[in-house]
Amino acid sequence: MDFGLSDEQRMIVATTRAFVEAELYPHEAMVERTGHLPMEVIREVQAKAIAAGLYAANMPEEVGGAGLDTLTWLLYEKELGRANYALHWTCVARPSNILLAGTAEQRERYLLPCVRGEKWDCLAMTEPGAGSDLRGMKATARLEGGDWVLNGTKHFISHADLADFAIVFMASGEEDTPRGRKKRITAFFVDKGTPGFTVRDGYRNVSHRGYTNAILEFDNCRLPAAQVLGEAHKGFDVANTWLGATRLQVASTCLGRAERALGLAISYAAERRQFGQQIGKFQGVSFKLADMAMELKAAELLTREAAWKFDQGTVTEADMSMAKLKATEVLAMVADEAIQIHGGMGLMDELPLERIWRDARVERIWEGTSEIQRHIISRELLRAVDG
Amino acid sequence: MKVLVPVKRVIDYNVKVRVKADGTGVDLANVKMSMNPFDEIAVEQAIRLREAGTASEVIVVSIGVKQAQETLRTALAMGADRAILIEAASDVHTDIEPLAVAKLLAAVVRDEAPGLVLCGKQAIDNDMNATGQMLAALLGWSQATFISELAIEGDHALVTREVDGGLQSIRVTMPSIITVDLRLNEPRYASLPNIMKAKKKPLEEKTAADYGVDVSPRLSVLKTTEPAGRKAGVRVASVADLVAKLKDEAGVL
Repeated sequence: MDFGLSDEQRMIVATTRAFVEAELYPHEAMVERTGHLPMEVIREVQAKAIAAGLYAANMPEEVGGAGLDTLTWLLYEKELGRANYALHWTCVARPSNILLAGTAEQRERYLLPCVRGEKWDCLAMTEPGAGSDLRGMKATARLEGGDWVLNGTKHFISHADLADFAIVFMASGEEDTPRGRKKRITAFFVDKGTPGFTVRDGYRNVSHRGYTNAILEFDNCRLPAAQVLGEAHKGFDVANTWLGATRLQVASTCLGRAERALGLAISYAAERRQFGQQIGKFQGVSFKLADMAMELKAAELLTREAAWKFDQGTVTEADMSMAKLKATEVLAMVADEAIQIHGGMGLMDELPLERIWRDARVERIWEGTSEIQRHIISRELLRAVDG
Repeated sequence: MKVLVPVKRVIDYNVKVRVKADGTGVDLANVKMSMNPFDEIAVEQAIRLREAGTASEVIVVSIGVKQAQETLRTALAMGADRAILIEAASDVHTDIEPLAVAKLLAAVVRDEAPGLVLCGKQAIDNDMNATGQMLAALLGWSQATFISELAIEGDHALVTREVDGGLQSIRVTMPSIITVDLRLNEPRYASLPNIMKAKKKPLEEKTAADYGVDVSPRLSVLKTTEPAGRKAGVRVASVADLVAKLKDEAGVL
């Protein structure tokens, strides 16, 4: 068993971290304070990310990405995850893997421009009445004279304001399954500007300032059959095939932020003096640091192992859920304790801790809540016995 | 024209340096190591010369422990074409002295026949600032040190040197040994595609014995100590007071 990084992995980590520190950190305070990432900043940083080959590096080489294996991709995600989410997600975008499921024509029209930094994608599944229970979605797509007609509302759709198109999942009918009657789902490409498709501002979010969410409305939005992604009624299959590792992506970005918070806490514990000594010499502080470091390492090992298994083709749903659950909960703990070690200063926005702490909150909710992850893990345990 | 760039593996500039308990040197066990930042600037300049068509090939060479391979891979990932590792030590704490390094580099220069050697002006670990100059002496080549600008025009180069009193412009004949200072350029990121390609670039492994160079030390380190901690400051009431103290007590005016 080899836990070391290869030369390439080590260099990718070094390059990505250097980029994040030099090109993203300087813009963080502005984005956090205004809640807005201006287009001129996006374009400036994006050009540098493209030059450094960091942009869309999650993609295979044949479409212009870096062709990284899952483990290496996640090492890169971890470094990007250190920074403000809006900055890394927009300026060093990683287009959704689901774009790889498209036809040659769809790749040309949607995937390649995203890889080149000319377009942004967004993914729309969630509805006001359908969160973890995705099959409960009410927005529909019905066939009408060879065209599809979309109706309904999606919300919490990340960066849909910026995106040039959305990949939208719609209920396209029902089918009988061994476990009862279930909705059939179809995925569509919907371009901004398509008649009947409106993007409205979403809600103001406590986490990830500058990273917006939007409400998507479909009112008799008519699409030709060529806009279907994958096969009609096979939307879940497409999602399961291509979005498998997104939980590991969430885990990795959390590890990066937790490592940054821990680094700040260690430096502060070594510098800050009270009662005539470094506060890190007080056991109340030093034991916190030890626990933070240990938990972070545990989360990182879980994530790396799941990534490695992903590449071997042996990963299970529970492996990915454990990594996501552990990493997001460790981030919450580490961010909270890092603030405790800093005392009042930890809450001031001069330091990145207050936002890392705020940002941590959404991580236990999106991409499957902590409860859903526990459900997935326990279901796998019980199925082994129960069949 | 080939360009040769020697690169040294040194303690990372972000690492808080600690002296070993026995005082024989700086503790380098399990410490983050990186390419000497001045060497990074030299690599960048060499790549720019190749991109501009002035240079045909960029060869990087590192002398030291086997792990210096990592430093060479980084240079290859930045864009150098091939690398030579000369293993001359097995303990990471062994620092090969400038004269031995210069002799090894002179041997490499004789093998490779580059038209230019671009070096960092010094390594940030021991700040010797000697290798480039010694190499020029051994080869009988021209030298230009501490440069902040470089223009190669046929059989000579115009360089700007950063000297104590300001900037000095000189003309040197080629081939030349040129050592670079901080302001020459801003090194690029090793891009992801280039990192992936770096593995396929040739890295030749040699030893000091292959060149018949004796690398045993001529200097002996008597003691290594940490710099004294900063003393507490004093508040002064007025500018006049400050000037008086700078004159009488600090003796700097």
